[in-house]
Amino acid sequence: MGIQIAFWILAIVGVVAALAVVLLRDIFRAALALILCFLIVAGIYVTLNADFLAAMQVLIYVGAISVLIILAIMLTRDIQRGSPSNKLRIPAFVVAILFLGVVVFTMTNTAWQVASVSPQEPTVPVLATKLFGEDGFILPVEIVPLLLLAAVLGAIVLVREK
Amino acid sequence: MSIGLEHYLILSGILFSIGLYGALAKRNAIAILMSIEIMLTAASIAMIAFSRYVVPLLLTGQIFVIFIMVVAAAETAVGLAIIISIYRKRETVDATEIDLMKM
Amino acid sequence: MMPFLVWLIFLLPLSSFIINSIIAMLVHPVSEGTRGGNLRNKISGYITIATIGGSLILSIWTLLSVMALPHHELAIPDINWLVIGDKLSISLGLIVNPLTVVMLIVVTVVSLLVQIYSQGYMHGDPGYHRYYAFMSLFTASMLGVALADNLLFLYVFWEGVGLCSYLLIGFWFHRPAAADAAKKAFIVTRLGDFGFLAAILLLFANTGTFDITELSHLAITGGLAGATLTWAAIGIFSGAVGKSAQFPLHVWLPDAMEGPTPVSALIHAATMVAAGVFLVARTYPLFAHSVEALTTVAIIGGVTAIFAATMGLVMNDIKRVLAYSTISQLGYMMLGLGTGGVAIGMFHLFNHAFFKALLFLGAGSVNHATGTFDMRQMGGLRKIMPWTYVTFLIASLSLTGIWPFAGFWSKDDIILSSMESQPILFVLATITVFMTAFYMFRAVFLTFGGEYRGGDPGSHGHPHESPPVMVVPMVILAVLAVVSGFWNVTGSFGVFLGHGETRSFVEGFFGIFTHPLPWISMLLAVLGILLAYAIYSARWLSAEHIGSLFKPLYILFSRKYWMDELYENIIVKKALLGGIFNGLEQVDTHVVDGAVNGAASGTIAGGGVLRRAQTGQLQLYGLFIGIGVLAIIVCLYLFG
Repeated sequence: MGIQIAFWILAIVGVVAALAVVLLRDIFRAALALILCFLIVAGIYVTLNADFLAAMQVLIYVGAISVLIILAIMLTRDIQRGSPSNKLRIPAFVVAILFLGVVVFTMTNTAWQVASVSPQEPTVPVLATKLFGEDGFILPVEIVPLLLLAAVLGAIVLVREK
Repeated sequence: MSIGLEHYLILSGILFSIGLYGALAKRNAIAILMSIEIMLTAASIAMIAFSRYVVPLLLTGQIFVIFIMVVAAAETAVGLAIIISIYRKRETVDATEIDLMKM
Repeated sequence: MMPFLVWLIFLLPLSSFIINSIIAMLVHPVSEGTRGGNLRNKISGYITIATIGGSLILSIWTLLSVMALPHHELAIPDINWLVIGDKLSISLGLIVNPLTVVMLIVVTVVSLLVQIYSQGYMHGDPGYHRYYAFMSLFTASMLGVALADNLLFLYVFWEGVGLCSYLLIGFWFHRPAAADAAKKAFIVTRLGDFGFLAAILLLFANTGTFDITELSHLAITGGLAGATLTWAAIGIFSGAVGKSAQFPLHVWLPDAMEGPTPVSALIHAATMVAAGVFLVARTYPLFAHSVEALTTVAIIGGVTAIFAATMGLVMNDIKRVLAYSTISQLGYMMLGLGTGGVAIGMFHLFNHAFFKALLFLGAGSVNHATGTFDMRQMGGLRKIMPWTYVTFLIASLSLTGIWPFAGFWSKDDIILSSMESQPILFVLATITVFMTAFYMFRAVFLTFGGEYRGGDPGSHGHPHESPPVMVVPMVILAVLAVVSGFWNVTGSFGVFLGHGETRSFVEGFFGIFTHPLPWISMLLAVLGILLAYAIYSARWLSAEHIGSLFKPLYILFSRKYWMDELYENIIVKKALLGGIFNGLEQVDTHVVDGAVNGAASGTIAGGGVLRRAQTGQLQLYGLFIGIGVLAIIVCLYLFG
């Protein structure tokens, strides 16, 4: 019962926060709404028994990405112009609504094979075994640093003063 | 009515559609980036929901989300770098004014 | 061994062509007196003479072998050339039957003598080696026509003959008249060849074979009959009409005089024009089983005979007289084929080859002496050129059909067979006998009788007899022009080619006069000679007076019935250029070009419209992607 109440609250607040991100003209406030949205999502993860990921969500999204975005907003000093919509507002809205309709239709009309087993808890040992153990995801884990290195180098090259 | 898989999936769909609208309709490049983050997050919610309800013991969906987070972090870093670079050259971050692809 | 030797008949002149072509590319004639210059200048002539001489010996040997065989037929194994599945199989084979060997003998004998004669006539010409290369190819192609056992290869060699005639008529291509005549010959014969090709395809579509023996068999057994057979035969005949210069495609032959005279001799006697008659003879079973086709052949032949003779009456150029005489005689051959059969037509071809080659060589000899072909500038050459005079006279008598010269025997057969089946054509043929006698002896009297009238105004120097290298071939041909007819006195030529019966020589030689017809034709011929004598030698009658008496006819004949003008001005310039070609040009500029330009401008316009979609706006592209994804999902739901 507690989970249900938590979910509904989180879901409603999260959707409102997301709408605020896309609808607010003030880009800085939109960024703040985005941080709220990320926090809410972390809460959603908790309701899904994903404790480790909830922590990661807070650390990476709320901690790093949000800071980065706010930093970029400040660097571009474009807050005065705000974040208006472009000419494609109505077609984009139609496409988004249609997409939502299609997704809802698909989600509700598919017979998901839901397992009745109660979920793993805590998840950290299992995730660690999966990521670093045998027959796990060790190769992607090895590739990830390479990707991050490339991203870092790319970012540096792009913003470096000539 | 207990909360099931469909609830999470529909929440994920709503968030994704909101992100899609924002990515298509916003002028500010940083706002577009933010919308894309919402879309990625929506996908992550779907992943974890599947993981929780379909394969509760394997946690494969959670592994995927870890990688999505990595990609999102890299994407944000590079995307913001590009935006700042363009801003330096053009004094604007308005996506409608960035039409280099037309050339 | 046998098949190889028969192949060699064709391959020898071909090899001569290849060798001479290489010589023509590498060696240029040098001036006389240079050390080794004589051999160097004449090497290609010697090669050609040697190879064609070899072909002649092999041909005689083949003739004897074939005569010794009971069925007069020699089997030469085919060489598979192209096999596609089991539908199409083209093999290159030779057919050796009496018809082939007669043709081989005619071609090799005349060609050999012409090559020898050319050693003198073409002496010192800068294109000497080229000349012999073309002559070798010409001979080889004609031998190929005679030997080929299927229509496809026959057609290839047939076109080879056409090509060589183009090259040789236009041999002195720096002269515009020669170049024009070459083009005319090529284009006019092409019209006929189109029909021939269509006939080959028609036959192949209906029977699936190109083989002449099989086609003949089908025609005989009735496997090929009705309209298909008639149209195929008429198509083949249209090829023959073009090559053999029959009405209405005769216009190229008189102009073909622009080539060197030995070439004319070869074209008129053995190779080019004989190919048409030979083709009809070769495919004769197809004609024999279609009354319409056979009648067409006879009518075209008979009409051409008299039509050409009338024009021959008034020409002043000795070679043109001979040219019209050739057309007329070819008409006789077609008439013989159309009314009598293979033997009758081919026998005239056989005889005609010798005396007509001789007449042309004589004309060349006269030209060599006087520098002109205009008979009005000749005269009196009887005393100066006795050998030429005698041989020319023999050939003329033979052509006129005086007993017992060769022409008599074959022409008599033709007239006899036409009397039996086509009375109207018989009358035309008989009148033609009179005309033939008149125009030939007009030429003889104008050229050799009376006093010398000075030759070509531009040339100085006295006429003289030609060198032995030219006279000897003429003498040999003169002998042949007398005796070649004796082959059929006993009827053995006809038996050899498949019909008739033999009789004793004496019976045939004198017994022919038991029929009234030879008397009539001889009488007409003598009358013609007498008339020519009266006008041009004794001058009892004035040529100008008679000319003015029949002025409209004279103009009609000398203007060649305005056929050239008709073709050139009305058909080519008005109908083709003004009508069809102009129309096609309109189609080309407006429809074809319009379609091409329309496609281009349509693309540009479409691009102009689509360009608007390419705004460079990232988000618009994103929107399109979204719509695309939606469309795919909807499609999956609707049709998946």
